[in-house]
Formats: sequence, C-alpha cells, structure tokens
Amino acid sequence: MELDQALQTFLMESRELLEAMEESLLGLESAPDDPDAINAIFRAAHTIKGSGGLFGLDGIVAFTHVVENVLDRVRAGEAAVNGELIALLLSCRDHIGMLVEQVAAGSAARPDKETEATGIMLLNQLKAYQAGVQERPLVPAAAPSRPQATVLPQPGGAVESGHWHISLRFGQDVLRNGMDPLAFIRYLGNMGEITHVITLPDAMPPSPEMDPESCYLGFEIDFCGDNVDKAAIEGVFEFVRDDCTLRILPPHSRIEEYIQFIAGLPEDKIRLGELLVECGSLTRKELDEALRVQETLRAGCGQEAAPMLGDILVEQGVVPPELVDAALGKQKLAREHKVQESKLIRIQADKLDQLINLVGEMVIAGAATSLLAQRNRDPALHEATSTLSRLVEEIRDSALQLRMVQIGETFNRFNRVVRDVSKELGKDIGLAISGAETELDKSVVEKIGDPLMHLVRNSMDHGIEKAETRMKRGKPAKGTVHLNAYHESGSIVVEVGDDGGGLNREKIFAKALEKGLITASQTLSDQEVYGLIFEAGFSTAEAVTNLSGRGVGMDVVRRNIEALRGTVEIASREGAGTTVKIRLPLTLAIIDGFLMGVGSASYVVPLDLVMECIELGEAERREIRESHYINLRGTVLPFIRLRDRFRERGKAGRRENIVVVQYAGQKAGLVVDELMGEFQAVIKPLGKLFGNLKGISGSTILGSGEVALILDVPALIQRAVNQETQLLAS
Amino acid sequence: MTISIETGNGVCQARVAGEMTIYHAAGMKGELLSCLDRCTELEINLSEVSEMDTAGFQLLLLAKREAANAGKRLRLVAHSPATLEVLDLFNMAHYFGDPVMMPRHGH
Repeated sequence: MELDQALQTFLMESRELLEAMEESLLGLESAPDDPDAINAIFRAAHTIKGSGGLFGLDGIVAFTHVVENVLDRVRAGEAAVNGELIALLLSCRDHIGMLVEQVAAGSAARPDKETEATGIMLLNQLKAYQAGVQERPLVPAAAPSRPQATVLPQPGGAVESGHWHISLRFGQDVLRNGMDPLAFIRYLGNMGEITHVITLPDAMPPSPEMDPESCYLGFEIDFCGDNVDKAAIEGVFEFVRDDCTLRILPPHSRIEEYIQFIAGLPEDKIRLGELLVECGSLTRKELDEALRVQETLRAGCGQEAAPMLGDILVEQGVVPPELVDAALGKQKLAREHKVQESKLIRIQADKLDQLINLVGEMVIAGAATSLLAQRNRDPALHEATSTLSRLVEEIRDSALQLRMVQIGETFNRFNRVVRDVSKELGKDIGLAISGAETELDKSVVEKIGDPLMHLVRNSMDHGIEKAETRMKRGKPAKGTVHLNAYHESGSIVVEVGDDGGGLNREKIFAKALEKGLITASQTLSDQEVYGLIFEAGFSTAEAVTNLSGRGVGMDVVRRNIEALRGTVEIASREGAGTTVKIRLPLTLAIIDGFLMGVGSASYVVPLDLVMECIELGEAERREIRESHYINLRGTVLPFIRLRDRFRERGKAGRRENIVVVQYAGQKAGLVVDELMGEFQAVIKPLGKLFGNLKGISGSTILGSGEVALILDVPALIQRAVNQETQLLAS
Repeated sequence: MTISIETGNGVCQARVAGEMTIYHAAGMKGELLSCLDRCTELEINLSEVSEMDTAGFQLLLLAKREAANAGKRLRLVAHSPATLEVLDLFNMAHYFGDPVMMPRHGH
C-alpha cells in the first residue's frame, strides 16, 4: 500500500472515530456514568494517537496523548464526568479534528498559529484534570510542537525512564567517508542532555586485523531533550544514515519493546540488559520487578541458578504479569477488530460509480437482446433473455444497494449542531430523530447535509420561541427540533420540523406583495404562501420576526434540492410549529420505469409513481375532448395530453390510455397512445441545451437504440393541477 | 603527529604530540603496538595532543586492550583538553582507569 493511500485511510478512519467520539460525548451528557461511552471515547482517542504515530504526525500524537490520559483517569473513575469536562473534551475533539484536517490539507508539518494557540489553551485546561494522575512529576503541558514535553508515563508495562534511548552501531567505513561519530554525538548534545553514554568497543577485531582507519564502535546513549521528537533525533544522524544502524526508543517505551530492541542488537544479550540499566534507560524499579520474577521462578521451579537480568528481559515468558495481561488484552482487541474488519470493506466511491455505470450499460444491452428475442419469436431465446433480464435486474438492485447508506449518520451530526446552537442562542432545544435507518443513495446523502444544516439552524433561530413565550403559549419550555425520514412512492422524504411559532401567513403575503412576487388579486393556498419564503431574496427580517432573518439561504436550499431532482414543501401551523418536507429521488442513476408511446416517440415515467392505467373508450374520448379532467371513481382527475404537450405530429392511435401518476399526494393523468410496460431506464442527463426544458428530467436509451425521454412527473403534475385550478377559478 | 619514546626500567614512556586523527592512525598503530611489545609497562603522555578523533581514540582503546591481553600495564597520563573532551563525551575515562586531571575551566 502506498503511504499516501495509507494516509488517506488514516484520515478517513480518524474522521469516523471523531464522529463516534462526539456521539459518545453527547451521550455522556445525559448518562454521565455510561462505561461503554467512556470506553468508546477512550478507544477513539487511543486509536487516533496510535495511527497518528505511524505517520509521524507528532502534533496529533502529542495532543491526543494528553486527552487520552485524562480519559484514562475518567475511565478509572479518578475524574468525575461533568458538563464542564464534556464541553472541554468536545473542544479537544474539535481540535484533533482540526489537526487531522490540516494534515489532509497537506500542511502536515506544522499546524497554523491559531490552531497551535487553541491547542495550548486546551492542554492547559486539561491539566486541571490530569493533576495527580501519577505521583511522578508531570511535565507541564506544552504546545503540540513539543511532543517530548507532553509525553507522559503510560500506565502499566512502560518503563519509568523519561529519556530517549538511542542505540548506534557505526559502519566500518564511516571514518574513511570523512564522518566522525564524535561529531554526531557532540551535535546530539546540543539538542538536549546526553545523560549517559556507553561506548562499546566489542566489535574491534584482534590487533593484526584491526584497521585503524575503520570504525568499530557502537554506542548506547541515554538522552533527554525538551524540544525533541524522533524525527529530530534521526535528523542528527542523517549524514551517516547509510553508514550506521540507528535504533531509537522513545521515552516510556514498554519493556517488551526493550526486549525486542535487545534482541535486535549484535552484542551479547545478557550484557546488554545490564548495560541498559547502567545507562539509566531501565531503572531500579524495572530491575527490581524483574528480580522479583526471578525469585518467584527460582522458588517455583527449584532452579539452581537464577537467570541473569538480561535473560529475564529476553525471555518473553517471564515479563511481569501485568505485561502479560496487557498483551493478552491487546491480542483480544486485535481479534475483535479483525472480525469487524472482515464484515466491512472500504471501497473507493469511484469504483462503485464505475460498477453502476457498467450495470447501466448492461441494462441497455439486455434490453436490446430482449427486443431481438421478441422479434425473432424464438421461444427458447425468449426464455433465456427473460432469465437474463431478471438477473440483470437483481444485479442492478444490489449494485445500487451498495451505494445506499442510512441517513442516521447524517442526522446524528445534528446532535452537536443543535447542542452548540442552542447554547449560542441561549435557548433550551433538544433534537428528536426518527427514521434514522431510512436508506438513500450516498451521492444524495452527501449533498443533503448543507440544506439540512440551514433548515435546522433556521428552525432553532427563528422557529422556536424564547422560553417565556413558550410558557405563555402553554408549551414546554424546552423546544424540540425534529428530524425524520421515510420512504414514499419511490422517493425519500426528509422532514425538518420544530414546535415553534410557525409561519405568519399574513406577514409573508404582505412581504411578497411588497417585493412584487405576487399581486393582491391572487388567491393563494397556504402551501403556496409558505412556498414564497423559498424565493430568492425573500428576506423577512423586518416583516416576520419569527422567521429567518437572513433571507439568503432558503432559496439556496431549494436550488440545492431541485438540483437533486427533489422538491421542498413547507407546512406550518401558527403557534404550533413548522415542518419543511424535502422529497428526493432514491437514486440518481437507474430507475424502474414505465414505458409509454405517443405517436412515434417513447416516454418513460418512474414506475413507482404510476398508480394505474385506464383505457379510454371512444365515447369517453369524445366526452373529454375539450376538458382537462375526468371523473375517476367520483374524484376529479386532471390530465395532460402528452400529444399536445410535446406537439407530437404523428397520426393518433386508435386507442388512448390514461396513466395515473401520483406525487406528493397529488394525482394526475397522462394521456398516451400506447402502454409499453415496465422498462429499466438508465438515466442519462440531458445536455445543457435542454437545461431549461420543463417537464423532462432526462433521457434513456431503449433496447432498439432509440432515445426515450424521462418525464419530470412533479413538474407535469404541478402543471396539470395549476391548469385545473385556473380553469375552475375562471 | 610525532611520538617520542623513552625507555627505562622496562617502562616505556610515549609522548604523543599533535593530532591523533585518522590521517595518522595507520602509522600510529604500528608505533604504539611496537612500543607495547618492547616493554611491560607503557605510559602514554597525552599532554601535547592537540586534536583527537574517533580513529585516534580507537587506537588508545586498542592499545589498552592489547596491553590487558598481554598482562601488561598501560597508563594514560597528562591528558590534554582535546583528549579529555573525547574521553568525556564517550564516557570512557573509567575504562582506562587512569587518574584524570580535570581542566580548570571544565564542566
């Protein structure tokens, strides 16, 4: 895997983890002692820190480490969870998010000044929660750029020494290449304090073979630096990188790491173990612990001679019990992680798009084959193609299903928004979510976030009244914003509702009049009046105090939704609240269509919208020749003659049919010549030239290679209904 | 670099002057080892060593080891500041086990 790709994965995972973290943090607000939530938060921070370290993102590691420490105390019950801490942790989460985004933006090296300042501020606040974590003196919290200072002892299994341990083995040619190990160590001394050096002359051969111009030395260095990270230490030895073996153990590495480290060195293992102690990298405490184990061993097995310290450290089986526990826990965690991984695969979105494209082409090709089979009247071939088309249909559905995601994730993001905005506004507002499991196409989900954000903010800002007003109106002081989603005849409906003051019809009407959007003589339904707030530049700031003051935005919301072939409508009851309903198509790529013929042309409507088909007899045709509605089982059904609508010139068929379509609760009929049945339509967008065409939303290719137009049913229904109302009014 | 040698009573006194660096290491190795061969006790006076690098230091290590292997004694005396710095940096003064005069403006 390329590093770049791995980094992308890291970024993606971090974002997900941060989201999970936020969710759990918000959960803690209502249930402060939920151990699962605390663990989830801790794990998120821990994983981000760990993965960040892999990429050398020291800023993230340093900051997250402090957060993790505080979380660890919370987990251990040493620090109480309260609103203040949750708010602080939320800010920390945001800060980590910021650092991650800056990595994503490519400024990995250094966070900008502002971020750095935020980091320092947060670290200072965190200090209050970590004071007294361990009896070891705490290094004062510092900027992310000083990871050394913020690296704190990890609980369990880590060695106590707060120093770096650097192991150097120079190649024989280093002197001849004009480098002097002395100089490098001297230079290292400039960066911090070299607390201890052990020079290892062991590699020097007997004097006859010893070449005085070769270097045979190795060094074990215990180093302490305030301003130093691993890269900086590596940087010191940059020039001799090819000529030396460099191993660096950061402060408080685990004993296991030391064991591996020792095993990786050429010298005698036992001696090295003792050297490390001498060097100060392993301290008296670790030594004692190892000795204790040694005692137990001897007592248990009746061994004659106790193994030396080095042996104990090397023998992985006899590391202190807490280390074994930690290692076991780690393994278990890894296993759980693996199980989860096998359930989920990460795929690039464009690979999926490619698949859907191919499926689309296959649908078209399949349709062509079926057509041929029909023409040839070969029953065997016909049967084969019908099996094939069933399979194609299933493949299409599963391929589209792959892109379906639950809207819940998008909804959950609003928990934080509502929390923050309500604090900002000084209103007590809660968020209620329903229908979170409703699925819709990923591409739709991505685009719906911004409009939703706007609507939610609007509801909170201008929909929900101040607490006093609410009390006066006999409503609970706490306002509620409601997010809901459900499927309805081939589309998904997303609702943003509030239990606020509702819209004021008169004021909107007056404002629209003033703006010249309507004339005084117009009679408008409530629906239409409310719809006016989506008009561009319709700011009701002065006119309607309980509605958006910004004005800009609502029209953008509508434009965004319409770009997705969706519609927005608004329902409101004064004093009781407002609900904005967004209706979106489930998918943007392939639909189950209903194919109809008018003259020589073919049209497709989404099958989900078709309610029924009615044949028009000769008598009825005469009857309705001049009108635009029929009596359908006692109700008025307005209709549109597609022949007239699209100026079809071909000879009229002997028979006509009405296709009854329904959208957003309204019904209308489409009069066509021929009903051609179900058809899988791969939606091809129309060119720019046809962008302004009303009533057509796209095109598709038939099996015969001809082009059929996909009808924009909402627009047609609107037209039919309008026509009808106008006729009735006149 | 010059090494002047005085011998008496089985004790060989070698006085190294100038640079103890890689440029002279090959020659110095021969001289020091042959010195050691000829005596039972070698005293190396470092007072006039103006510069020492890793190669020079390695030669001292080699001499010390060879002496120990042969059951002879090797002493380093009158360390110059340049020598002391190297011994200090490598933390090897104890290895040679010689009394060291700390320079006045040292640590």
